[in-house]
Amino acid sequence: MRDYVYQRPLVLGLLLCLATASLLLTSMLAGSNGLDDWHGLGTLFGLAPTEADSGMLAQIVWQIRMPRSLGAWLAGALLGLAGALSQAVFRNPLADPYLLGSASGASLGVCLALVGLDGSLIDIHWLARLGLTGAAFAGAMLAVVMTAALASGVAQTLRLLLAGVVVAVVLGAATSLLLQMYPHLLQSMQGFMLGSTAFVGWDSCALMLAALLPGLALAMVLGRWLDGLALGEQTAASLGLPVRPMRWVLIITLALATGAAVAHTGLIAFVGLAAPHITRRMVRWGSRHGVLLASLMGGLLLVAADLLARLLIAPRELPVGVFTALIGGAYLLWLMRRHQQSGGMS
Amino acid sequence: MKPIGPIALQVTGLHVALSGTTVLHDVNASIARGRWVSILGPNGAGKSTLLAAMAGLLPVQGRIELEGEELHAMPAARRARQLAWMGQSEAVGDDLSAWDVTLLGRLPHQTWFSGLDAADKAHAEQALRSMQAWQWRERYVGTLSGGERQRVLLARALAVQAPVLLLDEPLASLDPPHQADWLDLMRTLVDAGATVVSVLHEISMALQSDDMLVMQQGRVIHQGACTDALSHRALESVFDDRIQVRTVDGQLVALPRSARR
Repeated sequence: MRDYVYQRPLVLGLLLCLATASLLLTSMLAGSNGLDDWHGLGTLFGLAPTEADSGMLAQIVWQIRMPRSLGAWLAGALLGLAGALSQAVFRNPLADPYLLGSASGASLGVCLALVGLDGSLIDIHWLARLGLTGAAFAGAMLAVVMTAALASGVAQTLRLLLAGVVVAVVLGAATSLLLQMYPHLLQSMQGFMLGSTAFVGWDSCALMLAALLPGLALAMVLGRWLDGLALGEQTAASLGLPVRPMRWVLIITLALATGAAVAHTGLIAFVGLAAPHITRRMVRWGSRHGVLLASLMGGLLLVAADLLARLLIAPRELPVGVFTALIGGAYLLWLMRRHQQSGGMS
Repeated sequence: MKPIGPIALQVTGLHVALSGTTVLHDVNASIARGRWVSILGPNGAGKSTLLAAMAGLLPVQGRIELEGEELHAMPAARRARQLAWMGQSEAVGDDLSAWDVTLLGRLPHQTWFSGLDAADKAHAEQALRSMQAWQWRERYVGTLSGGERQRVLLARALAVQAPVLLLDEPLASLDPPHQADWLDLMRTLVDAGATVVSVLHEISMALQSDDMLVMQQGRVIHQGACTDALSHRALESVFDDRIQVRTVDGQLVALPRSARR
């Protein structure tokens, strides 16, 4: 019998919220010199050092740091949601928005949209951001459908993952080709491909929240049906579950979540894989609470990663996507090694 | 033999093709209510396909009726409440506990927003207890042995509380005491009015049921009581006379017949 750190999902949920809140507050301290901007934190509570400073500080905290950190949380939560949903739909503990090619599809979508927007990611109208999100969603959807078609179904784990890799390579090549044709997009796309929260403003936050809430609501409603899918397609059907329509609804939701995250923060790897995994190790799994917890976990992971990426080499900062790729890659390797040693996926 | 009494499942002129290959040819069968029927035949005869088709899980040509009603026209949830199916090498969520998997058997009784009620839990508990799996209900399915996992899957199927049970290789990986327990359990269920159709490759176990459907190359070539000598003859013939059905201590058994004679 496995001993869980947290027997009750509610306890883990509260702890995750608490940890996230404290990290969000901490990130208000993160100025260009490291974690010492106490005035910045004070501004949040209406405490400013001097009258003259207050305007600028408030501007920095409310217009830059706050949306950026909240945006990191939202993107992480979306990726955690997408990861948990794809693991449930594809009955595969390694399914992840990236391994299924959907992130590459979303990035191709963004690249195409940028061609239309003439390359700038800064100071764009929220409608343009909405268009960017839509393009990312369409790209993610296209990639998942291509992956599933190439694997002729989703039943076979290995075929599915290989197909995901092929689709990611092909769509990645298409993106590179576009960049070759429109070299002025290179700069925007580079920040984007490395994954960064630097461009996230309040309108991005609103759009990501608009994608997150219905996704979470759907996962809560479908909750136990998702567990039913874990018993296999035929058994789920024998239990009266509408397997096919349900799978499509879930694929659309996970593509929307991936697209929304990718459109605003670029390619941030491994959060979608790691968040549900860590959650499974901490609390007894059940999709009804599991998907929500995985989403909270994803948010926490990305806020933490974003904070570290901003602080490690301050006053400069690392692209957060590079940072999560390094940490996440190490985590995946460790997981595979454990898997090999124990002879089973745990 | 024509079954006596009301028919639970009626299969008429059934054709099933899987990936372009016809697997079942013009199958006709009647399963009487309150009987336990075994589907028997060599590997590749179409036993599992017939069972899955009877569960409404495959696209078919022909007609399948459950209690006189066209199976494919029934709403999914109602069908699922009347007919429980357990597949061969069924996938299991390794992340779920035995208790959670068993509770999934109650899904047909729930609506979108309704949670589990006391009756759901009582049925799941009863199912786990009848499979002697109650004591490790909190264990993860991924940590169970093959036989233990099989008992959880059976409990999941029993928890549906469906009047018709379709079980594909339910005894796989079970040790002899648990096989014997399972036979007793089936007898109890059938005596209480349930209808059971099972595919079993342990022929001696299958001979403990009431009736048999003998299949060969996608066709049902014989349907009759397990005690009937004609059934024994049909069974021996589909296995190329490499088995013989005998009575040992008042119980029917299938013995292998050596070719080296």
